[in-house]
Formats: sequence, structure tokens, C-alpha cells
Amino acid sequence: MTDAALTPAQAAKARARAQAEARLKRRYRAETRFRFYGRAAIFLALAFLVVLLGRIGTQGYSTFVDYRISLPVEISADRVDMADLGGSNFNLMVAESALAVLGEEDDVYGEASSEMMAILSGDLGFQILDRLREDPSLIGQTITVQGPMKANASLYYKGQISRDTEIGGRLLSDRQLDWLDELRQRDMVSGGFNWTFLSRSDSTEPEQAGVLGAVVGSAMMLLVTALLAAPIGVLAATYLEEFAPKNRWTDLIEVNINNLAAVPSIIYGLLGLAVFINWLAVPRSSPLLGGLVLALMALPTIIIATRASLRAVPPSIREAALAVGASRTQTVFHHVLPLAMPGMMTGTILSLAHALGETAPLLMIGMVSFVPGVPETLTSAATVLPVQIFIWENASERAFHERTAAAIIVLLVFMVLMNLAAVLLRRRFERRW
Amino acid sequence: MTRQRDDAHALGGSTTTPRAGRAGPKVSATDISVFYGEKQALFDVSLDMPDRAVTALIGPSGCGKSTFLRCINRMNDTIPGARVEGRIILDDEDINDRGVDPVLLRARVGMVFQKPNPFPKSIFENVAYGPRIHGFASTKNELADIVESSLKRAGLWTEVADRLQAPGTSLSGGQQQRLVIARAIAVSPEVILMDEPCSALDPIATAKIEELIDDLRSQYCIVIVTHSMAQAARVSQRTAFFHMGTVVESGATDEIFTNPRDTRTQDYITGRFG
Repeated sequence: MTDAALTPAQAAKARARAQAEARLKRRYRAETRFRFYGRAAIFLALAFLVVLLGRIGTQGYSTFVDYRISLPVEISADRVDMADLGGSNFNLMVAESALAVLGEEDDVYGEASSEMMAILSGDLGFQILDRLREDPSLIGQTITVQGPMKANASLYYKGQISRDTEIGGRLLSDRQLDWLDELRQRDMVSGGFNWTFLSRSDSTEPEQAGVLGAVVGSAMMLLVTALLAAPIGVLAATYLEEFAPKNRWTDLIEVNINNLAAVPSIIYGLLGLAVFINWLAVPRSSPLLGGLVLALMALPTIIIATRASLRAVPPSIREAALAVGASRTQTVFHHVLPLAMPGMMTGTILSLAHALGETAPLLMIGMVSFVPGVPETLTSAATVLPVQIFIWENASERAFHERTAAAIIVLLVFMVLMNLAAVLLRRRFERRW
Repeated sequence: MTRQRDDAHALGGSTTTPRAGRAGPKVSATDISVFYGEKQALFDVSLDMPDRAVTALIGPSGCGKSTFLRCINRMNDTIPGARVEGRIILDDEDINDRGVDPVLLRARVGMVFQKPNPFPKSIFENVAYGPRIHGFASTKNELADIVESSLKRAGLWTEVADRLQAPGTSLSGGQQQRLVIARAIAVSPEVILMDEPCSALDPIATAKIEELIDDLRSQYCIVIVTHSMAQAARVSQRTAFFHMGTVVESGATDEIFTNPRDTRTQDYITGRFG
């Protein structure tokens, strides 16, 4: 071979190598680009989450602090009618005592006392009523009661109402602000953790409103949903996946289940209204009713998740069991279901968490109502957390807005706890390799 | 040693060991056709499989040997759309008879698959599962005896005796395959079907399995599907060559390999196709 013959061949080789290198570079560039997109997407998602949680947190955290007053009240005999205890004006008595502490007196029109009543919670008056009912001999004595300030007063202490605002634009008068400062200076008012919010139910007065009723209602409703939807869903999925013949009917059922999973939840509310309330006469607004409706809603999701995890069990395990002479039922219950368990439980708990946050169908079945107590049975009137949030969001009083955010925090904590339970259960069952 | 071995003897009939390949057939298939929906996979296959001998089914991929194997314990029943025609006589009974329960049949006809498929449970549980569901053991000790003797016969006992509670999936591939064989033996089958039992194993593990098959031959009717001509020659006494859903030729292994009558058999054995 001569030099002349070699050169073109070498040139071709060099060209091929250059092309290969260019291709390689392009490939690496594409990979880098893709990684960047992925990171950007994750960053964006995290940013949204941070903004969301941050906003809820900053709006809601102040709910967990409240200001309570400790006030000596003189129970004068001429203000109390023992024959009609409930009809006595204890709030006025409390306001007058507070005025007395501050060295002031009520005017003839009662303006001072009504302004004072507007910064002290009605809870104080109820406490005196309760204590008098227990022990009528308290009349004529001075007792010390401890109770929350009115929500607007708390807002002032938290700095959310400012003295700088024009009088017409703020909820408290100059005189009320002076009193509040005075009470604070005398150490009669102190801030602390707001147990009321966690230990009471809904109320028309924001300072006395809490989420306990809604939490208990949610828990009861979820219990009904779980007890109904989980076994029915798992059994239906197991039958369809492992036992049912594959024919036109089962295809039809499968298509319908998939479609049901996509039906808007409010339709389930309408169904609940028509079937459970109008036809079966399940008590309105009860956890039982909510649970029934949400169980219907959760079923398709549970069935789909369960079928997917059953399908993920390798067929070799089924063959192994059949080959040693296990029947179909034994194969499914001894081998397939235990292996599919973690996936099944994840699907079930996720759809239950979804049900926990569901609001729309509950509005259709009358759960959107003012329920001031904790539900005692599955058929008593109840409200649930998302609906409570919805109700408070619509309230006009400003203090309810921070409670809305706080209720969202409680709902999120509830969900985190549920997901935690899901993870723990999963771990427990996965250990059975 | 245990009632299990006695069972195996009892089921095998006489205690004299007939020369392999010359006894009357343990399993006799006549005119077997298998359809998967519209598609026909087997065409009128007839084959006799003697007791206490290894019958090898060889042939190119897709020739229907695994399909035929799965007819013998009615595993094809589990495939939707599969239909089997023809008669398979096990001892004196047609296994496709309406009165025969496939679940009980599978206790008499064990099966070992291509990929080792132990249950994701402990080694002990893997072997104990069959005897337990069939009610072979009335006490825990009896069950433990069955597990021990099955593992011993599968040649796995010395390797796992001290870790019976370890997961079956933690064993090596070859050990898993022997565990699966122990699992099949534990229900005292009369016939053991093996569907390419060594194709996922390395040569050393393969050698151990082949040794085991040779040991088991004295008690069971073994039918093995294999892609390895050498393996068929080593372990089997009888061989059937499958091609395109039919049995082209069957007979004593020595004869098939040294003196095939059909040219297709000859081509396949010498490696000219397949």
C-alpha cells in the first residue's frame, strides 16, 4: 500500500471518529438538558408547596395563641334572679366588674359596659352561671373567673389590629384599646396555647370555636368509609382479577369501574341524597351517611389499586402453588393476597386520605351545617374538617379567617398521620418477604 | 424412615425395580390436541411414559413440548381459552375425566418449572406447604419429618439444615431449584414433570440437578423437557422428539441418539436446525 492510498482511508476514519464524537457530545448534552428539566420541575413543585404551606402557616399559627383574662367578679344579689338563673345578665355583671377593676363606672346609657362586653368573651358569664347552679351560696361573694378575651381583643394583642388605623376602619374604639392596654399592664391578661381551639367544637363566637367536633366527625366518617370500602373493594378486586371468567360481562364491569373512578365527587353526593336520605332514610348530616357516600366514592379507586397490585404478583407464584395441589382459593389466599398486601394497603389508605379531604359530596347531603357539639353516635349530626374549613371561610368575622387556616393545618396533620400509618403498615407487611 | 417414603413405594406398586423403559407405561397419552383459542398447538400427540424412568421431551422452541407437559397435570386448565382433546391415562384413570379433580391430580403429578419459583416464605414453609394443605401430617413433628426427608431426597438438607427459617428466595439459583423439587416431592407424587429445570442454572448447579434426577428415577416417573441434547442423553432412558406440534419420533434414548429413523430428528440432534 502506498501513502497515496492510505490517506483517503485515514481521512474517512478520522471523519467517522469526529462524527461519532459529535454524536456522543449531542447525547451528553441531551442528557444534561433532561436532568435540568427534571430538577426544575422538582424545584417548581417544592416552591409551590413551600408557598402553600408557608401561607397556611403564617395565617394559621396565630390561632394557636390566645389571650385569657383572670377577673374577680362580684356577684351582687340584685343582679341575679335565682328563680331564673339563665335569664340573668351575667355578661353585664362581668363587664361592670372589669370596669370597676379599671376604676371606671358605667354610664347611664350602658355604653361603657357594652363596649367592655365587646372585648370580654361571653364564656366568662357562662362560667359564673355554671358555678352558681352548682353552689347558690356564692351570691354576694367575689369569685375569680378565667376565660378568653373576645376574638377582636386577641387580634389586637397579636398586633393584627393597630391603633394607627382610622377609627371607622377598625373594630375597636380608642377607649377599648386603652382598657386592653391597661388590663395587660396589670397582668390580668396573659397569652398561652389555645387549648380551646383543640378541645371545643364550632361556635358562633370565634374565641370559643374549635375543631374537636370536626375532627371526631371526620374520624367517625372515615371509620365507616374504611370498614365498608376496604373489604368490599378488596373482595371485588380479588374476585374480578383471580376468579371471574374473562368475558364480555367482566369487560363491561371493568370499563364501568374505571369510569366510576373518574366521576365527579359531587355526583356521589347527589346519589347519596337520592338513595341514602330519600329512600333509605339515613339521618341527614350524620357520619354514617357521609361514610356511606364516601365509601361509594372510594370503592373504584380501591378496586383499581388492588387489581394493579394483584396483577403485579408474578404468575410463577400462582403456578407454584397450583402445581403442589393448592386450589385456586388456597393459591389466592395463601400466596397471592399476602404478596399484594402492601400495594393494596397503600392504594386503600391513599383513597381514604382522598375521602378525608372530600367536601363537595358532603355539601349535598347536608353536612354543611352549624354543629356546636361533638357527635356522640354515628347517626348524630356532625361536621367534618373540610366542611368546617368551608364554613369558617365563609364567616364574616375576621377571627374566623385565622381559624380557617388553623383548621387546614389540623387537617394536614390528620392526613400526615394517616400516611404515616400507611407507611408503617406497609413496612410491617413487607417484612414477610 | 417416614410414612412418606412408604407412600411413595405403595403408590409405585411392586417393590421390585423394573428395568427402565421396559415396564408398562405409567402415563399414556393418546391423540392429544391442544388449542389456545383458535390456534392449535398440539396435533394428535400420543406418547407413553414408563414408571421409574426419565422421559425426555426434546425439540425446537415452540414445538409444543411444554404444552404437552402441562397437559399431564392439567395446568393448561388454568390458561383462559385453552382446550385439551384426547386421553391421558395415569395408571388406569383418564385424568381428563369429569370425576377427576385437578387439584388432587396435581398432588399426584408434581411439577418443576423453568425458573426456580420458591414461595417468598421460609425454606421450611416452602416444603411444608403442600403436605399441610393436603393434610399429610397430623402433628408438627410429622410435618418436620416430611420436610426433612423431602429436603434430604432433594439433596439440599445438608446445605439448609441449620437455616430452615431463612427465606427460600435467599438461596442460590441451583439451591432454589432443588428446594422446588423438594417441595414437589413432599406431597408424595407419582409423576414429576420438569419444564427445562436447568436452563436458568450454571453448569455446576445443572450437574447437581441431573444427579438428583438420576437418584429420583428409582421412585418416580419423571418427564423432563430440555433444550440440551446432552442433558437428554445423560439423564433420560426414553426420548420423544417434538416438531411443530407433533411427535416425530419416540423411543429409547440410546436409539434416538445413535440411530434416529426420521431425518428431521437426525438434523435436530446433529445441530443442523433448531
